[in-house]
Amino acid sequence: MVAKVATMRDAIAELVRDGDTVAIEGFTHLICFAAGHEIIRQRKRDLVLARMTPDLVYDQMVAAGVARKLVFSWLGNPGVGGLNCIRRVTEGEQATLELEEYSHFGMVARYTAGAANLPFFPLRSYFETDMPAVNPQIRELESPYGNGKVYVVPPLRPDVTIVHAQRADASGNAQVWGLLGCQKEAAFAADRLIVVVEELVDEAVVRADPNRTIIPGLIVDAVVVEPWGAHPSYVQGRYDRDNHFYRDWDPISRDRDRTEAWLREWVHDIDGRAAYAQKLGPDRLAALRPSGRAPSGEVDYGEYR
Amino acid sequence: MGEPLAAAGAAAPAFSKSEMMIVAAARELAGQRVCFVGVGLPNIAVNLAKRTVAPDLELVYEAGVFGARPARLPLSIGDPTIVTGATAVTSMFELFAFYLQRGLVDVGFLGAAQIDRFGNINTTVIGDYRRPKTRLPGSGGACEIAINARHIFVIMRQSARSFVERIDFRTSPGNLGGAETAEAIRREQGWLGRGPSVVVTDLGIWHFDETGEMRLDSLHPGVTLDEVRATIGWEPRIAEPLEMTPAPTDEELRLIRQELDPEGMYTK
Repeated sequence: MVAKVATMRDAIAELVRDGDTVAIEGFTHLICFAAGHEIIRQRKRDLVLARMTPDLVYDQMVAAGVARKLVFSWLGNPGVGGLNCIRRVTEGEQATLELEEYSHFGMVARYTAGAANLPFFPLRSYFETDMPAVNPQIRELESPYGNGKVYVVPPLRPDVTIVHAQRADASGNAQVWGLLGCQKEAAFAADRLIVVVEELVDEAVVRADPNRTIIPGLIVDAVVVEPWGAHPSYVQGRYDRDNHFYRDWDPISRDRDRTEAWLREWVHDIDGRAAYAQKLGPDRLAALRPSGRAPSGEVDYGEYR
Repeated sequence: MGEPLAAAGAAAPAFSKSEMMIVAAARELAGQRVCFVGVGLPNIAVNLAKRTVAPDLELVYEAGVFGARPARLPLSIGDPTIVTGATAVTSMFELFAFYLQRGLVDVGFLGAAQIDRFGNINTTVIGDYRRPKTRLPGSGGACEIAINARHIFVIMRQSARSFVERIDFRTSPGNLGGAETAEAIRREQGWLGRGPSVVVTDLGIWHFDETGEMRLDSLHPGVTLDEVRATIGWEPRIAEPLEMTPAPTDEELRLIRQELDPEGMYTK
C-alpha cells in the first residue's frame, strides 16, 4: 500500500479547491477544527459547506469568508444558543449566504444515497411541514408498491469529505469509537477524502480489532496526524469537549471586530495545530483529559488457520 | 412575578419557575419506556425522570446512543458522558431508521420557538423564510421525531411571542388543523406517531383534548390564570376543575441543583 501521510497544509492545498462542496463531518464528537482553520488560512473561496450541524467550525469559516452556501440540518451552538456569524449573513437584508436545509435524517439519507450510488433515498419525514416548500430538493414520491407515500432526498456527494478519528494506519484505515455520527456515509459519498487522526498506528493495531474500522484506506487520499485537531470539540477517551470555549464563542461571535481579532490570533497568526495546542497551554489541555479510564472489555476474535 | 416563586404555605421551599417546569415535565414521563432526548431543557427533565419517576427509562440520543447512563448532565446532545456505560452506540442512520422510524421510541421530547393551539411547532425562522427576522436552528431531528415517536412531549417557556395563533413556519407537525384532519392523515400515511401529548411550560401543564387543541389541565403553584392569558396568543381552553401542580419536592430540587444543573444553566 502506498503511504499517504501528509501535513495538513499539503492535504488541504492539494485536495480542497475553490468552489468545492466540502463536508467536515462529525456529530458533536470528532469535529475537525484543524482542517477548518487550515482552509481559512489558505483563503479558499466559494465553498459549499455541508454538515448536519454547522457548529462553531462553520461559523468561523463563514466569518472568514470561505463559504458561499451552507447545506445543513441544525444550525446552532449546541447547549449555548445561535451561530452568530452565520446569523449575521442569513437574517433580514443581510441574508447573503445561501442555505439549503434538511432534517437530520434527511442529511444522513443524502450521504447514504451518495455513498451507495443511489439516485435518491426515501424517508418518512417532512409530511405536513413547510420544509419541502422552501427546499425543492425534498420531493414526494408514491411508492411503486402501492403502499403509501414517502419523501425522497437526493444524494450528497461532497468533492471533499474530512473526518477526524482516534487512529489510523499509514494507509488510512481509520478506527473510531464513541459517537459515529454519519462519518462513514460522508466518507464513502466523497470524491476525495482526508482522514485526520490523533494517533498514527501500526497496521497490526488495526488488524487486531477490525470491527472498529469505519473507513478503509481504499477510499482515503490523505492521512494527517494532528493531535488536538478536534478541539474545542472532543475525542472520546482522549479529551473532553471544551464547553467553556463553546460558551466563550457566543460573545466573541456577536461582535464583528472581536470575531476578526479572534480569527487573526487563533487562525491566521498560527501556523498549525501544534502551535494552537501550545497556545492553549498545558493547564487548559490537562483539564480536558477524561476524569478517569473506562476501557472496553476485550473480545476474542479467535485464530483460524 | 419575580423569581423565586414560593409555593402555597409559608414553610414551602422556594423554587424557580424553570425548576417547576423541569420537575413537572419529568413527572409526565412516569410509566414511559423509551425516550428520545433533545438538547437543553428536555435533556435535564429526562435525566431527572430517570433519577425519580422512571428509573427504567431508556434514553435515546439522536447522536447515536441507545440506553445512555450519563454520569453528569450532558451540556451538548453529543457529550462523551452519554457514550460511556451506554447499552449501544449506533450510527445516526441506524438511530433514525431502525430506532425512530421503526417505531421503537415512546416519547419524543421537543422544544419550540413557536407553537400553536394544535401543537404544531416552529424552530426554523421568525418572519419570512428568505429574509427572516430571526434565523433559528431549523429541524435537526425534530420533524421526524414529531412524525415517528409514539407521543410528543413539549417543554418550553410560555410567552406571547411563542404561544401564537399562527406559527411563521411549520417545522414539525402537531395536530395540524385539528384532531380529525390529523388522525386521517396519520392513518392514511401510516405514521406511527400519535402526535403531541403534553406541553409543559413554566406556568402550567397542557394536554390535548379530543379536538386536538391544547387544554390547561394544571396550573403551577403561585401562577394565576391572568398570567396564562397574558402569555398566549389565543383564548385558551381551561380544564374544569383546574388542578394545581404539586410543588417540587426537596429531593427533586436537590437532584436538579446538586447533580443535574449545578451551574444553574437551565434553572436560573
